[in-house]
Formats: sequence, structure tokens, C-alpha cells
Amino acid sequence: MSKIPTKREETLGGFIVHNIPFPKETDPDALAFLKRMAPIQIEQPYQITYLHSYAQDSPWFAGLTNKRLLANQDPVDGYTYANPRGHDMYSGAETEWIDITDRAAKVHAFTVCHFGSEEFLPETPFILALIEFEGVDTLLLTRLTGMDPDEASLDWIDMRVEPRFLRNSKLKPTDVYFVPAE
Amino acid sequence: MRPVYAVSGGVSKFAKARPDKTFQAVIKEAYEYAIQDIDLDFPTFTRLVDGSVASYFSDHFTRQLMAGIMAQDYLGLCPKPGHRVEGGGATGGLCFQEAWKSVASGHMDICLAYGFETMSHVETWKGNEFIALASDVSFDYPVGGFYSGYYAMMVTRHMKEYGTTVEQMAHVSVKNHINAYHNPYAQKRNRYTIEDVRSSPMVAWPLTRLDICVMSDGAAATIFVSEDGLKQLEDAGAQIPRPLVKVTGIGRGTDAMRMADRPHVEYDFFMENYATEQEKASDDTKKYYKKLWDGGTRYPGVHSFRAGRAAGNMAYQHAGIDDPIEELDFIELHDAYTSSEIQTYEDLGLCRYGEGGAMAVSGEVHMPGVDYGHKLPKKPICPVNPSGGLIACGHPVGATGLMQGVFAIWQLQGTIEKHFADKTLQVQDAKRGAIHSHAGTGTYVTYSILESEE
Repeated sequence: MSKIPTKREETLGGFIVHNIPFPKETDPDALAFLKRMAPIQIEQPYQITYLHSYAQDSPWFAGLTNKRLLANQDPVDGYTYANPRGHDMYSGAETEWIDITDRAAKVHAFTVCHFGSEEFLPETPFILALIEFEGVDTLLLTRLTGMDPDEASLDWIDMRVEPRFLRNSKLKPTDVYFVPAE
Repeated sequence: MRPVYAVSGGVSKFAKARPDKTFQAVIKEAYEYAIQDIDLDFPTFTRLVDGSVASYFSDHFTRQLMAGIMAQDYLGLCPKPGHRVEGGGATGGLCFQEAWKSVASGHMDICLAYGFETMSHVETWKGNEFIALASDVSFDYPVGGFYSGYYAMMVTRHMKEYGTTVEQMAHVSVKNHINAYHNPYAQKRNRYTIEDVRSSPMVAWPLTRLDICVMSDGAAATIFVSEDGLKQLEDAGAQIPRPLVKVTGIGRGTDAMRMADRPHVEYDFFMENYATEQEKASDDTKKYYKKLWDGGTRYPGVHSFRAGRAAGNMAYQHAGIDDPIEELDFIELHDAYTSSEIQTYEDLGLCRYGEGGAMAVSGEVHMPGVDYGHKLPKKPICPVNPSGGLIACGHPVGATGLMQGVFAIWQLQGTIEKHFADKTLQVQDAKRGAIHSHAGTGTYVTYSILESEE
């Protein structure tokens, strides 16, 4: 059993201050005292929107919006990547697209995130899993749903799973997720 | 390459936050300590040093580009040469090796390595977000980017394949925290029990908060010299402790950013390309590995750090080490997670793959003479993280690898009591130690061997 937290989470935000205490006269004693002054800390908001290109990996995302899971394959030796990869890391050759939507798949490794990066905190607890596919040499990082996050068990590893696709695509890798196979 | 000596070092106090000083002033704390420890003053050393290497991981945390040059000018090192290195969690280790390289190559006779990180400028979960940007932002980060989650996935696979347990991981946390109880530089100095570790809040199953290092503000600095540089410092009045500490082995390795992309190699390929010389020479070990592979082991897959194994093999070859656990007197190892300490025992050849969990509870990697609150079946052979490691000392990323270097120098000089005001953590008659720095999910790994000269 986890301990119940005894500490409140710290957050930024607060009052705007219009005056900072400072000696009325800058005589030597007052100036020397400044070395004992506590630091002033201010908030600096920072927000930016990037125009991010999926570039040669774009077909993979287009596939997800059309409920197909693509992979890349080396044309020479057939080495297959579950994640898009424009060139094979061994031969250097440009890879081809293949469709692995219906391949048998199982959980290779997983975790239940009870905390997360700020962006994902509202989604906790969520399950991250690495999926292995029949005939595919590398794994795919994805979300696993349909399992109770409070019942995490190593028995989930090797569990057969199958892909599901968001109806309303967000053009993110989370457009595909996996559930236990029926 | 010329002989290179690591003659001095300094570490600022690692803390959750250091709003009292700018990052440059925190670096200066570590820098001045390193200078004063060899009885030199600031102007004299500044005149003699040939240049520097700066180490910090993230521009996001400071919201400041080119922070390195701000430190360089604050330390009075302009216009001497300097550059910044960056490689995730291994940034400090890379800096250590780049400074070594500057001297070994003959480019400099005296080189300063300094590193820092100020992680307190954003809230913890935003900090986790920044760190997670060190994963592929097209495919990994958007799925739920969170490093603790990545490491938790790795260890579930390690547990499944090798039978590693959460209690074995908790032993690492207890060991490192109790070691740090005697280290005044450590951010966390607590005596925890196995039960404390397991009952602390679950972060990413099966890793709890006490399985994971904390974020920190802090800095560290190390001074490297050639034989000529040593003479220059001593001619200027420096008191360099004997025995001298020499850097005798350098190793580095890399692996794919997306851990999902890492290969699963066949047994023969592993034995030819990744096995240690010791493993290759042992028929028993070859049989052991064959059995693992026949049972479905996926190497390196996500449970082992191929970069760490490559770095280890390279450094051991450089330093002439055949049996690491017997030939090293201590290791300061990158334990951002208790699980990664166990994985790294295996990568560095302290034990075979699959035996790291057992090693964590054996006592072989514990400090002699320290009460861990439970009985350990074997005697210490090679203490791992005698300082308390990242889990207890803190992990101000750009400083961490250099902090390990400083603690290693002090161990080999035999001066731990002088610096810690406590002799508990002094490894007796330490002649040879190693420092290990690790980035991402095992993307960059550095490993450096230091020895005290007879």
C-alpha cells in the first residue's frame, strides 16, 4: 500500500508585488547589508508553437488516420522497423512501406504511469507498452487500454493485443493504441 | 596519448533549489574549492590554466542559450579556449573525457572541466517534461513522454526475463541512501528500509519515488594536467596530494534514441561482439548465456544497455582490466533508477546478464563497516556508489558525471575524511576506481577508469 501524501504539491502563481524592500539610504552599512538580502524570484512565462514536419515519416501518420498501421522494411534483407525509419541502419538503403495492421502482436514490456510529465499528468494513471509484432524486428511504443492500472502484473507481458484507432485523428502516434486481443 | 592526472576537484552542495546564487556563482563554489584544495589562489590558477570544457544538459532549464560562456567569463577564463559538451545524463561524463582528451592529445597542459544544472527553475512535472524531450518528439514523447515510465518498462522486461524483483531494486535504494548519510554533499541523507522504498508513492510501476533520483541544482569541477602541467602548478606553489590520480581508461558507447529500435541479436553475435573478455574465456558462462538465449533472451532489447557494455569493454581494454569486480576497488555508477544500477552491474561485467538482481542483495557492492539495517550474505568486494550515487546525492545533470569524478579522486587520494569530515565512506587502500555516466534510455554512456599512482 502506498503512503497517503502528507505534503501539498507546490505550484507557481501568486500575487503581483509592487514594491521590494530596500534601504532608504545607500550608506556603506546599508549597502553591506544588501549581501544578506534574500533572492528576488520572478516568473517568466514561455510559450511557443512549432511547425513540426513529419517529413518522410508522414505516411505513417496518414495511415493511422485511415486505420492502417504501417512499418518500414529494408528492401534487401527484409529487416522491418515498427517505427518509421527512412533508411535501414545496417544497409543504409531507403526503406519501403508495408502494412502490419493485421499482424499478430503482443506486449513486450509495459508500465503504469501514476505520475507523468506536466502535459500528461491529467491522463494518469495510463499504461505505456512496447509492442512486438510477428515478423517485425523492432518494437512500437504505444498506450495500452482495457487493463486495470491497479492490477499491474508481469503476466501482462506476452499478452496478445490488437490495434485500435481514434475515429477523430489527432495526427499523433496516440492515434493508434492497443487493447487485449479478442 | 600522454599520461593525464586528475589532481583536484570541487562540488557545490547539491540542493533542491539554489535561488541564492546564479548558476555561474554556484559553479564558482566548486571551482574555488578545487583551486583552494591544492593551495593555489584564484589569480594564479587562472593564469596557468590553458582552457576549459563546460558541461550542462538543458538550455530549457535555464532558459538561457550559451550559458557556458557566461560561466567562462564569470570564472575569469576569457579569452582562453573553451567549449560546451552535451549528451543528456552523460553530459558530465563526456565533459570529464573531453577535458582528459584536451590534455592527453597535447592540446593543453592544464584543463578545467566544470558542469552545472539548475533544475529548480520550473516545477517538478514541467522538469520531467523537459527531460522527456530527450526522447523522439515525433514518436515517443507524444505517447506519454516520461523517463520514469521508460525505465519502468525496461525493468519489467528485465524482471520477466531474469526474475529480478522489486525488493532487489529496493536494496539499491537503501544502500545508496545509507551511504549518503555519511556524505555532507548529498541532497538526501536518510536511512530508509526496504519497506520504506516499497511503500513510497508509486511513480511508474514498479518504480516508486524512492527508486528514482531527484532533480537538483548544483555544480562540480575537476582539474586535469599533463606531467608538464603538474610541474607548472607545483612550481607556482600548488600542493598536489600524493598518490597522484591518473586517468588510465576511457570508454564510450551509444545506442538508438528510440529504445524500441534496438536490435535483438543472436547468441553468436553477442559472444563475438558484446561479451567481455572474461565471459568469452569461460565455458561455464558461454553455456549460461546459451541457455538464456535458448530461453528467449532479447539482447540488448530494452532491458540491457548495449552502450554501457561497449563503454565498459573499451575502458577495460584501455586500462588492462580483465576481471572488473576484482580489479576495481569502487565504482561511482549512474543510478538514476535503482533498476538501472542493477542493469549496469551486468553491462559493466561485474556479473553476468541476468545476475544483477542477485548482486544487489549479495553485499558484494556494499561498503564495508556500514550498517544497512539488514544482514548481507557476502562480504563487500567492490562498493558501488559509496558516495550515495545519484539517488541520494542528487542529479544536477551537467554536474553529475564530474561529481563522480571528484569523489573518485578523493577516494584514490585517500582524502575522503578531509572532505566529508567523516571517514566512513573511505574505501580502504583504494587503488583503482571507475566512474560511469549514462544518458537517455542508454543512448550515450561514458566509463572512465582512475588509478592512484604508486
